[in-house]
Formats: sequence, structure tokens, C-alpha cells
Amino acid sequence: MTSASFPVISALDALTGALFLLTALGVVATRQVLASLQLFILQSLLLALSAVLLGIGLGSPHLLAVAAITIATKTLMIPWLLRHTVSAEVYRTREIERVLNIPSSLLISAVLIMVAYAVANPLLNAVDVPFAHVNLPLGIAAMFLGAFTIAVRREAVPQLLGLLAVENGVFFAGIAIVPNLPVIAELAAAVDVPVITLVIGLLTRQIHRRLGTTSVGRLAALREE
Amino acid sequence: MELAAILAVPALASGLSLSPLGRRFAALITLVAAAIVLGLAASVAIGVMRSGRLDALDQWLTCDALGALILLLVAFVGFTAAIFSWGYIGGRAEQQAKIQRYYCLYNLFLLSMLAVPLLANVALMWIAVELTTLLSAFLVGFEDTAEALEAAWKYVVLTTLGAVLALLGFLILYWGSRVAGLEPFTWVGLAEAAPHMPPALLWPAFLLILVGFGTKVGLVPMHTWLPDAHSQAPASICALLSGVETTTALYVILRLFPVVGSAPGLDARPWFIGFGLVSVGIATLLLIYVRDFKRMFAFSTVEHMGIILVAAGLGGAEAHIGAAYQITGHAIAKSFCFFAAGMTVMAAGTQEIAAVRGLIRSSPLSALALVAGGFAIAGAPPFAIFVSELVILKAGLTSGQYLAIALLAFFVVVAFCAVMFHVNRMAFGVPERDTPVKAAPLSCKVALALAAIPLIAIGLYVPGPLQELLNAAASAMGG
Repeated sequence: MTSASFPVISALDALTGALFLLTALGVVATRQVLASLQLFILQSLLLALSAVLLGIGLGSPHLLAVAAITIATKTLMIPWLLRHTVSAEVYRTREIERVLNIPSSLLISAVLIMVAYAVANPLLNAVDVPFAHVNLPLGIAAMFLGAFTIAVRREAVPQLLGLLAVENGVFFAGIAIVPNLPVIAELAAAVDVPVITLVIGLLTRQIHRRLGTTSVGRLAALREE
Repeated sequence: MELAAILAVPALASGLSLSPLGRRFAALITLVAAAIVLGLAASVAIGVMRSGRLDALDQWLTCDALGALILLLVAFVGFTAAIFSWGYIGGRAEQQAKIQRYYCLYNLFLLSMLAVPLLANVALMWIAVELTTLLSAFLVGFEDTAEALEAAWKYVVLTTLGAVLALLGFLILYWGSRVAGLEPFTWVGLAEAAPHMPPALLWPAFLLILVGFGTKVGLVPMHTWLPDAHSQAPASICALLSGVETTTALYVILRLFPVVGSAPGLDARPWFIGFGLVSVGIATLLLIYVRDFKRMFAFSTVEHMGIILVAAGLGGAEAHIGAAYQITGHAIAKSFCFFAAGMTVMAAGTQEIAAVRGLIRSSPLSALALVAGGFAIAGAPPFAIFVSELVILKAGLTSGQYLAIALLAFFVVVAFCAVMFHVNRMAFGVPERDTPVKAAPLSCKVALALAAIPLIAIGLYVPGPLQELLNAAASAMGG
């Protein structure tokens, strides 16, 4: 790679990062279950794109493998697994009642993004790594938004997507801070995500069959005394 | 050699559990596998005592004293819980396929817990911890009731979320060890790299892992899923979840303690003591108001995890030996308690404390086991937890940490009274109506008897080799 193309790659990565964060916000704010899934696929594609850009920028073939694994597991395998475990009825569900309305959710999301920058700052000051100033804070922000999604959405599938969005955020940060993560760790992570999806998908199906709902946020038989 | 075999045996048994030979074969093969694993774990522990550390498979697998202690405890509870499963699961499910699936997952769950202390590569170890949750999710939801499924859902979503937070922590640790110029991503490599790591990286990594895996340990305030999962799972699974699964996650946090301690300017101790005391305090409060006896044992687990964390945070060889002893006592006593709880559920048909009165008449064995288990986990003499708590309190006093010790002692005493109050009423209260006497399956009695042997024995006398293992494990925590 020539030094002349470096600023271009940097700019493209920043753009990818911005879109990545927007998709995380989208998962917080959409009501349709199917739309959440599509946003998650888009987010995973952006993660793969960023991995390719960094792979070229840093000359790291590992990151190209990360991109390939991300596309294979998150954009192909996960939608396939979900289609086969969760019934179509669930996808047509529209969440009427949320824990928090959408404007307030977005307001809190904005605060979370600022917190993410505050958290990432001391790390970036300590060690200077190319691309980390984009990927680390945005990855942490996507993590926070994913966790927030789990808290505000009551349907099972969006909660799962929130969880996977947290994982996407971790990897978005990870590709910049540890571009040469051992291949074995990448493969292991590639196994982890489908297993999470399979387990939660099957559990969703069992809950749907047993209780006639997938609104897991409303289950409240177990309480602290 | 043994290290690889320990992982291969349950893997093989999980496949054989699904064979067309049926549910009795699945139960038998699981039992045999668990017995072999226990034997191998004992031989690993002896080998580690002799040479300090065992390696296998080109150093992909490794085991030191702390790892051997965890391995031994997982193998022991895995064995007794396999015996308990025989009669308990057979009585609670009809379908052949469902029981075979139970044993298949049981072996895989055991495999993932055994892998945690054995995998040398920290990234792979993270996967193993993550798999302990994913493989046990359907065991938690085994009863297929609304409550069990809700518990399984909370369990998977919250502990996986915690594990993913911890993943970022591990990635930052790896980043730090590369900045320090040291490559192998193992606990040994991390301990060497830590003094050269920028504290600005090590500290957030530590906090992410403490909070992330702390969720799995059941530290307050991330504990909310724990009483649900540990009360809704079948008793045999509760014994594993409460007795050793929490400990395997805690093991990772304890491993991190000397790593952070060796970095200049960082002190993890206040965080350990703070998180530990809050967990002990809140768990004590919940123990007073608890209405479900399986939940009571679950809250007691939160309490014990807090005590171990405080002991690690107090620092010093004495406190760390207390922590290792408490880990051992907890695993044995808590699995015993859940066996007793399972037999009580079988006899009384309910988990409500208020609905069980005068159990001593309708099911003397369950009542006796509940009282003995209650004494053991609450920390009464002559049981191990009494000794370990005494060691921890004494170590704290010697090192002059009076406030932490005063709070810890207060909570421990209140928790003791709360547990004994509930257990007493269940065993000796006057029953509102006569319940028919039901005999427990033989296998459950055998499991209870086997768990009772170390329960009574190690409180009275710690054999030389075990004491050596505890001492060596304590020094692996940073001495």
C-alpha cells in the first residue's frame, strides 16, 4: 500500500464507521422485527467493509479473513438459522408497546455515544494505533447501543439482535486494536455467534410454542421477594 | 496425556448419549464417563503437585495448582450430579428423546467447564466460558414451564452480554501484551507482560472482565438472573450451576488478580473487596426475605462468591488459602444442598418454604440433609465453610482491614441465622396437613451420601495432599 492512499482509506473507514453507528441506532429505534434483522445484516456488512479497509491499510491478511468470516456467519448463516428456528409469525410482529418511547430512546442513545468517546479517549491517548481513533469509540458506542436495545425492546428477536450488535461493536473495535489476532481466535468467534443464534432461536421457538408469545420482556413470573 | 483425555471422555459420552440404545444407556454412559473424568482429574492433581504444572498437546493444554483445584471440583460435582440425575431426571420426564438430549447436553456442559482451567490460550478459554452458558441453557429450561423458560432466557441473554463485554476486555489485554512486546496470549504470558503494559489499557480491560464475567459469577448488581436460573433448573443441574459453574467464571477473575497486581500503580484490591462486600450484603438481605428454598440456596451462592472475592482482595497468603478453601467447601456443600433440595421437591412437591413443614416426619432423609446442608453453607462447625470463613476473617484482622472484616462478619452471622431459620421451619415445623411418605430413588440417596463424605471429612481434617494443593492454588492467586 502506498502512503498516498492512506488518507483515502482513513476517510472511507470513518464513513463506514458513521454508517455502522447509524445502523446500531436503527436497531434501537425500529418497531418492525423484520426491519431490525435487515439493519443488523447491513451493520455486519459495514463491519466486514471496515475489516477489508483496515486489512488493506495495515497490510494484514488476518483482517480479510475476519471480513470473510463476518459475511459468512452474520449475513448468511444467522438469517438462515433464524428463519429455520423462529416462525414467520414472529417476523411480522410489530412492537406497539416498548419500555421507552422512541424519542427518549434516541436521546439516551446520544448520551451513550458521548460516554463511549469519553471511555475510549484515555486508551487512545496511551497508545497510538492507526484507525483506532475511529474504530474504538464507534465500536464501544455500538456496544452500548446494543446493550441498550436489549433493555428497551421486549420482543425476543430484537433482543437477540441487540446482543449480536454488542458483539459487532466489540469486533469493530477489535479489528483496529488487534489486527493480527490469532486465526484460531477468529475461528472460535465464528463458531460462537452461530451457536448463540441457534440457542436463542430455539429458546424463542420453545417460548412461542409454550406461552404463545415472544414478548420476552413481559415475562414476569419470577420476581424477587 | 490425562489433560487431553479429560476433554475427550465427556465429548465421546455426549455423542453416545444420543445412540439408539436408549435412555438407560445414556444415563449409564454419562455416569461411567463422569467417573473416569473424576479419576483423571485426581491423577492430574497429583501430577501437578509433583511437577508444579502439566502441559499437553504442544502446550495448548496446561494445568497448574489453581486450575487443578477447579478441575477436581468440577469433576467431583459432575460425578455426583450424574448419579443424582439417574433417579431424578427419570422421574421428571417421560419422553425417551428428551432424556437422551438431557444427557447429551449434560456431558457437553461438563466438557465446557472442564475446558476452562485447561485451555492455555486465553481467547480459547473465553470461548469455553461462553459455551458453559450456551450449552446449559436448555438444561435450565428443561422443565419446559413458563418459569423455567423465562429463567433460561434471562440466563442466556444476560450472561452472554456479560461474556461479550469481557471479550472486549480480553482484546484490550491482547493489545496491551503486544504493546509490551510479548506475544503468547496465555496466563503465563500475560503475567510476564503485565508490568510492561500501559496501565491505561490494563485497567479498562480488568474492569470489563470483572463486570462481564462478574455477571456470570452472580456479583451484585449483575446477579438478577442467578436466583431464577438456579431455582428453575432440575436439581442435578442446579448443583453444577451453583456449585461449580459460578466458580469457573470466578476462576478467570482470580487469575486476573495477580496480572493486575504486578502492574505498577494499579490496585485491584479495593474493587474486589467492594464488589465482594456489596454481593455478600445484598445476598444476606435477600436470604432473610426469601420464600423459595431453591432460591435460598441460590442467594447463598451469591453470598459465597462475594466472600471469596473479599478474601482474594484482602491479599496475603493466609487470606488466599482461605479463599481456596472456601471455593472447595462451597462446591461440595452447595451441590449437597441442591441434592437435598431436589429430594425435598420430590417429597413435598413444592419449592415454597412456607408450604413445607415437618419434613422430618414425611421424609426424614431429606429433612436431615436439608438441616446438614443448611449448617454447612451457613458456616457452622464442623463444616469446611466455618473453617474457611474463620481463616479469612483472621487474615483480614491480622492485616488490619477492620472495616471490611467487621462488615463481612456481620453479614455472615445474619446470613447464618436467616438460613437456619428457614431450614429449621421446613424440617421441624408443625405440618398443616399430613403429607404421604414418599421414598426417594436409590440413586439420589447414593449421590447425597457420596457428597456427604467430603462435606463432613474436610471440615474436620484436611488431608496432606489436599492442603498442599490449596496452598499452591493460593499462591497462584498472587500470594
